[in-house]
Amino acid sequence: MDYIAILLPIAFALTMISVFMGLCSYSVLAERKVSSWIQGRVGPNRTRLPLIGHIPILGNLLTGLGIFQPAADGLKFLFKEEITPGHVNKFYYYLAPVVALAPALTTMVVLPFGRYVDPSGVVQPLVLANIEIGMLFILGISSLGVYGIVLAGWSSNSKYPFLGAIRSSAQMISYELAMGLAILPVFMWSAAPGSEHGMSLFGVIESQKTLWLVIWQPLSALIFLVAVFAETNRLPFDMAESETDLVGGFHTEYGCFKFGLFFVAEYAHVIMGSALFVCLFLGGWNFLPGLADPWSDNTFGAVLSVLWFMAKVFFMIFFFIWVRWTLPRFRYDQVMSLGWKILLPLAIGNLVFNTLLIAAYDHFAQ
Amino acid sequence: MAKTKVIERKPLTFAEKTFIPQILTGLKTTGKTMFQKNITLQYPDERPSIPDNYRGVPTLVKDPNGREKCVSCQLCEFVCPPKAIRITPGEIDAEAEPDRAHVEKAPKEFDINMLRCIYCGLCQEVCPEEAIFLQDVFSLSGYSRDEMVNNKQKLYELGGTLPDKHYKWDKKKAAEEHGNAH
Ligand code: SF4
Ligand code: SF4
Repeated sequence: MDYIAILLPIAFALTMISVFMGLCSYSVLAERKVSSWIQGRVGPNRTRLPLIGHIPILGNLLTGLGIFQPAADGLKFLFKEEITPGHVNKFYYYLAPVVALAPALTTMVVLPFGRYVDPSGVVQPLVLANIEIGMLFILGISSLGVYGIVLAGWSSNSKYPFLGAIRSSAQMISYELAMGLAILPVFMWSAAPGSEHGMSLFGVIESQKTLWLVIWQPLSALIFLVAVFAETNRLPFDMAESETDLVGGFHTEYGCFKFGLFFVAEYAHVIMGSALFVCLFLGGWNFLPGLADPWSDNTFGAVLSVLWFMAKVFFMIFFFIWVRWTLPRFRYDQVMSLGWKILLPLAIGNLVFNTLLIAAYDHFAQ
Repeated sequence: MAKTKVIERKPLTFAEKTFIPQILTGLKTTGKTMFQKNITLQYPDERPSIPDNYRGVPTLVKDPNGREKCVSCQLCEFVCPPKAIRITPGEIDAEAEPDRAHVEKAPKEFDINMLRCIYCGLCQEVCPEEAIFLQDVFSLSGYSRDEMVNNKQKLYELGGTLPDKHYKWDKKKAAEEHGNAH
């Protein structure tokens, strides 16, 4: 009995990590495929696994879609020669990739990805840890991700990685402000006094049963989206990597699996960012705005809700990739002035406006 | 002097200042290309079509009767700018080809070093016998430097037979039969 209580969470956590890592590797594939389609190319279409790849029609189809490519990519990173440059600070150099990946994996603990109805008829979230301060936890942990980049840049002891690290840390700090301020109105509406959910993401999703927040808080959604792009260091904000001027940025000195970890961390951040956006603004697993959820109360309904949530997340990941291959990179000072001079005042204005709105609502509704 | 035309630049409208319409247009453009036909050529499976005047690897050709056309005059060796060609002239075997023997020569060895060749086509241009052609072979690789030197046998293998406009030896024979050897 006690064993089960201990083993079950571990099993859940392991499952979630493996699913998440699978998603990471497949979003790398998605990135490669979508970028090639946008550029009129074909993308990876050669890797073929022995048995599945030789099923007559299906095998060719999967191979053409590059479904087996992530395995080849991962193996390549594993089998490469492990090179450590002589001029690095060994301890931090090895620590940095781990520090970059760990926060992204930690935040997924509080991410609700589906819902089920428990025997007493109450809707419960499918989540590893349904804590009250979910959103605060995510904001707190995910900002630790910048340490990975800073440590990598500093310990590499070489100027381009160092520049990349400095840039990205400045950028992440600036956009975190706007990000935090952008989601405050969301919680002001969803976690009104007396609501039982507090800052948990489950509460936000439940509050979007009828109307998604992106529809009536478009400004918050926009600011949050831009900030997520900046936080995940994706184009058009990939200051940390900007290949053209920084030779790859903070991971210039990294090779083989250490680079692979950075790579996975980047996509883990993208997935987390997409999932967060879906939770906060796209109604989580709620079906469509204005329509009641068609998910039934049994296990099948729970599975459907998870799938619907995943579909939305996949769309967001696709959107991230789409934007990456559409927009050119901002200049560094433009990134900074966009963050401090536009997004931050906008977010503050949005907050004040919503506060006044809530005050007026409370005043006149009574 | 060219007339300068001053184009007035309108100040950005509010919508333009937010970048959002432009970003949406950009997304539309990339979204559209996503569904267009790919222009990639799946190279080893599909080959590009090579135009006739393509300058690929220089090769030696035979005439449709299977005769070696090169007479080992060494003009190509002299003209080759990077000195990629090395010819050792030789006699034609009197037993095998009594007609040609002692009339013209043939190369004993004919090496083209493809590490030196610059694909300039001068050898083809200079050859009086139309024996050397730069054809459609464009991917050449080898594991060692020696492998990258095409010898005579390899050159004929790559070259094959090309249509001939002159049939020098047929004409000569016909002329001989009419009692006019020259
Ligand atoms: S193509 Fe030019 S470089 Fe090459 S063998 Fe002929 S003459 Fe020499
Ligand atoms: S290939 Fe032509 S130019 Fe070169 S030796 Fe033979 S006949 Fe002369």
